[in-house]
Amino acid sequence: MSEKSFQLWPDMASSFALDVDLLYGFLIVVTIFFSILISVMVIGFSLYYRRGRKVNRKLGHHSNFTEVIWAAGPFVLVMIMFVWGAMLFYKMQTPPENTLDIEVVGKQWMWKIQHATGRQEINALHLPLGQPIRLRMISEDVIHSFYIPAFRVKQDVLPAFFTQLWFEPTRIGTYHLFCAEYCGNEHSKMIGTVTVMAPEEYARWVEEGVQEKPVDAGERLFTQFQCNTCHQSDNSGNGPALAGLFGKKRPLKGGGLVEANDQYFRDSILNPHKQILAGYDAMMPTFQGQLTESDSLAIIAYLKSLPQLPIPENSVSMQDLNP
Amino acid sequence: MSSHAAIHSPHLRHQFDDLQQQRESAALGMWSFLVTEVMFFAGLFGAYTLYRYWYYPEWDAASRQLDHYLGAFNTFVLLTSSLTMAFAVDAAASGNNRALKRNILLTLILGLAFVGIKIYEYYTKWEHGLVPGSHFHWHAGPGIPDIENVRAAELFFVFYFTMTGIHAFHMLIGFGLLITLYIQAHLNKFSAEYYTPVEMIGLYWHLVDILWVFLFPLLYLIDRNFVS
Amino acid sequence: MKKNYLTNGQTVASWLLTGDHKRIAMLYLVSVTLFFLVGGVAALMFRLELLTPKGDMFIPEQYNRLFTLHGVMMVFFFLIPAVPAVLGNFLIPIMIGARDLAFPKLNLASWYIYVIAGICAIIALIQGGVDTGWTFYTPYSSTYSNTAVTAAVLAAFIAGFSSILTALNFIVTVHTMRAPGLTWFRLPLFVWAHYATSLIIILGTPVLAITLLLLGLERVCGVGIFDPRLGGDPILFQHLFWFYSHPAVYIMVLPAMGVISEMVACAAQKKVFGYEFVAFSSLAIAVLGFLVWGHHMFVTGQSMYAGFVFSFISMLVAIPSAIKVFNWTATIYKGSIVWNTVTMYVLGFLGLFTIGGLTGLFLATIAVDVHLHDTYFVVAHFHYIMVGGSVMGYLGGIHFWWPKMTGRMFPEFFGKLSALLVFVGFNLTFFPQFVLGYLGMPRRYHAYPDEFQMLNVLSTAGATVLGLGYALPLFYLIWSLKYGKKASNNPWHAYGLEWETSSPPPTFNFDVMPVVTRPAYDYDTEAAEQLAKVEDKAIDAIRREHEETAL
Repeated sequence: MSEKSFQLWPDMASSFALDVDLLYGFLIVVTIFFSILISVMVIGFSLYYRRGRKVNRKLGHHSNFTEVIWAAGPFVLVMIMFVWGAMLFYKMQTPPENTLDIEVVGKQWMWKIQHATGRQEINALHLPLGQPIRLRMISEDVIHSFYIPAFRVKQDVLPAFFTQLWFEPTRIGTYHLFCAEYCGNEHSKMIGTVTVMAPEEYARWVEEGVQEKPVDAGERLFTQFQCNTCHQSDNSGNGPALAGLFGKKRPLKGGGLVEANDQYFRDSILNPHKQILAGYDAMMPTFQGQLTESDSLAIIAYLKSLPQLPIPENSVSMQDLNP
Repeated sequence: MSSHAAIHSPHLRHQFDDLQQQRESAALGMWSFLVTEVMFFAGLFGAYTLYRYWYYPEWDAASRQLDHYLGAFNTFVLLTSSLTMAFAVDAAASGNNRALKRNILLTLILGLAFVGIKIYEYYTKWEHGLVPGSHFHWHAGPGIPDIENVRAAELFFVFYFTMTGIHAFHMLIGFGLLITLYIQAHLNKFSAEYYTPVEMIGLYWHLVDILWVFLFPLLYLIDRNFVS
Repeated sequence: MKKNYLTNGQTVASWLLTGDHKRIAMLYLVSVTLFFLVGGVAALMFRLELLTPKGDMFIPEQYNRLFTLHGVMMVFFFLIPAVPAVLGNFLIPIMIGARDLAFPKLNLASWYIYVIAGICAIIALIQGGVDTGWTFYTPYSSTYSNTAVTAAVLAAFIAGFSSILTALNFIVTVHTMRAPGLTWFRLPLFVWAHYATSLIIILGTPVLAITLLLLGLERVCGVGIFDPRLGGDPILFQHLFWFYSHPAVYIMVLPAMGVISEMVACAAQKKVFGYEFVAFSSLAIAVLGFLVWGHHMFVTGQSMYAGFVFSFISMLVAIPSAIKVFNWTATIYKGSIVWNTVTMYVLGFLGLFTIGGLTGLFLATIAVDVHLHDTYFVVAHFHYIMVGGSVMGYLGGIHFWWPKMTGRMFPEFFGKLSALLVFVGFNLTFFPQFVLGYLGMPRRYHAYPDEFQMLNVLSTAGATVLGLGYALPLFYLIWSLKYGKKASNNPWHAYGLEWETSSPPPTFNFDVMPVVTRPAYDYDTEAAEQLAKVEDKAIDAIRREHEETAL
């Protein structure tokens, strides 16, 4: 990480930075205005009307109108802040369709980053310039928070629940990555470097040093842990066929519907009896302790990669199909 | 304007101007305290609501593990104790010390019966391995389905023991208050002119009762609703 | 010599078994000061560590315990009790013309409960301390931390009862024991402020109590209320925690605002501008304060729409505070201001609280909070309110009512000096932290990147000046108990029932119970202008005369 010199303003390196800074600037202007106004008035009056000075102290009667004005004025200002902030926040919470997805697993006290090609990094995040990025994040233990000041983004990283964060890097360089939720002894060491590179450079970088693509790791784990004994592709096993299941809605045992998304897949591996599909029994063992969050992410990647296979007529889930 | 006798009443504390002010203060104080009790349980009810919504099938099944006949009987016992407590307050207001003492005793006995039944219920839960912790063990039974998410059922029992346990703790405090009240009544401390402690403890007892009126359906009767 | 509340009974038992609200206030004064010192020393220690980017003074385990100790001490053992339990206890009965609070024994019990809670906290400290931060977030605090979490939450739990009992006493006293003629709108705004605070305490503190109880239960029994591996939700803890802890910040600041109302009227010899507006704004803050807790959780993954609602209401809750600041400013306008220690605390409060409140808007603005959450910007914001607001209000009030409580004047020069030191030291400590926060420096960091060092050095330098500013009153106030000029009934020419009784007051506050016929803050500014000079000379002469004739 290059030695940074003293700065008064953080780097602006994402498409949000200018938007956030403009709003921040507005807030600063309002703050400076009112701070100076009150300070000047308060000190000014205290001097001008100090005891012994012969000045006009005659008062009119109390005007409720003044009260209304100095309540309404601030009200308008804070509503501007609210609306402006809400609109920007909406943008920050709505990733576009074409994001490059990267997985983040936080654990005491490091960040494990997994690119789709299989390249992994610890406490570092390499990104291509000008490409919207979506991070899908989860914690192995306590609550952490993924914070890149230069991008003006932050999102808590929770145990057992996925959270996501999106942004578009707009400037090549290296930037700080911090954990921003106190997580124990080495909280201040759970930091890293975000490196934004030209797209071609990133494309080269992300293919290097790949030990195993997540999809392949997932397939390996799927076989290693004998998932295929119950999850047969022809639906003849104790569990449902998983190919093509991702993204579909299915009825649950005991009522209700579930969307088979990342969270559901992850819960099914690590906490299988939380939600069981209708027509199946509670037979799946939990893999908590045997598979890490990273392993589960790999398996999910593998399952998402499987194409939908034709299901035989007499299988149980036929009547449950609700695409 | 208060009477001469009231100003010199031995019951009048020095900070108050007259008995009326003293009575009003005691009542407002007790009601404010009861508000804090309601808010205390509100946090529990809030957490309960979340988990019941998340884990409805498991909580439905877990609720069936409780003996709702015993729970209903206990509700009846506690409601009756509130009745005897109301009689006690009424007796005090009419200056009837014997009735006052009798009703305090009845309230106490009914309250003890309630807690006794609760202890028995806790014991049966322990026997059936339904106390949360390393020994928690789910088992199906007549009318009680097998469930998969055992942790969710365990969470129900965390709430069952916490909510009824804190409630029972408040009843224990109530017993202390009732015993003190009985002793004071025995020493003829109360009259039609001054029976504020009886009233205040009555209010407290009614709160403990009302709390149970909510706890009973929420914990024992999850499976008994129009939908299922 | 006539007995006052201090001389009426000089045994230890007469103090430790007292029912006198003024003595209980003094008991609180001593204990609150002790805890403030513990919390303050902890802060100085970790600010020393932060002089250098590396963690070279403490190991992380120690550093994390230090900032937790600072937070727990300051929030639960200083800021929440200080103004209500010291100044509120002392003044409310006198201000409403009563002999004592409604429940003197409960008041004493409240102090004992507070002391027991403090002992619990010391026990936690001796057991090695706690490293979760004062916010005790799960699952770190419930499952992972190896520190004395249970003892610490027990301490906070017990302290909550002390707070509740004080609030209960205040609510009942203000409702039922006002002197004849003292209608609600003739009450001092100090009383309104404490009434609103007491409402918050009654409604909010029990929720913290149950939250901490559940946390303790999870730690001791290993049950999964907040543990996701056992089906629990760690974010549920945050909702329950902040449901109390946000209103708690209004518990911490409203009483100090009450103090400011009293002091500004006296400093300007003029009634508070917009009395009803200031009174109702306290109630508005109390109500709205319960509806904004989610603004601490914008980045937890909670629903975006929930975020919008919390952001909106957080904006609304700023308005009543703005109304107060404008009304106080308007009070000074066309007043007759004397520049003394009390005035300096008022001016300091007005400037610093304004900045603190405005910077809260940055955090309420949801898109900006994404960047600022859990950074030093938040730390700066809440210290501007808590220290620049609450502590200024508390210290100012201690000085303002010192003559009334002790019968002695403090040395003006040192009073003004420490006010100045506190103001300068405070700004030097915390203003750089706004910049640090926007640069991205997270909270609770033991070590940090090199480029943040200069701002951290400024901050630590400020902290030492601030510490000096706090240490000074300790010395000259204690000095004044023996050597300070004897105080008259009303050394500041203030308006209020407390100034009509002696300094210090007799045990039952008044020789003759008052009947109120005048409105609140019935100052006559023009007359004050004329009389002030004449009066001072006359009173000095009378006092000198008395001192010569009395024993």
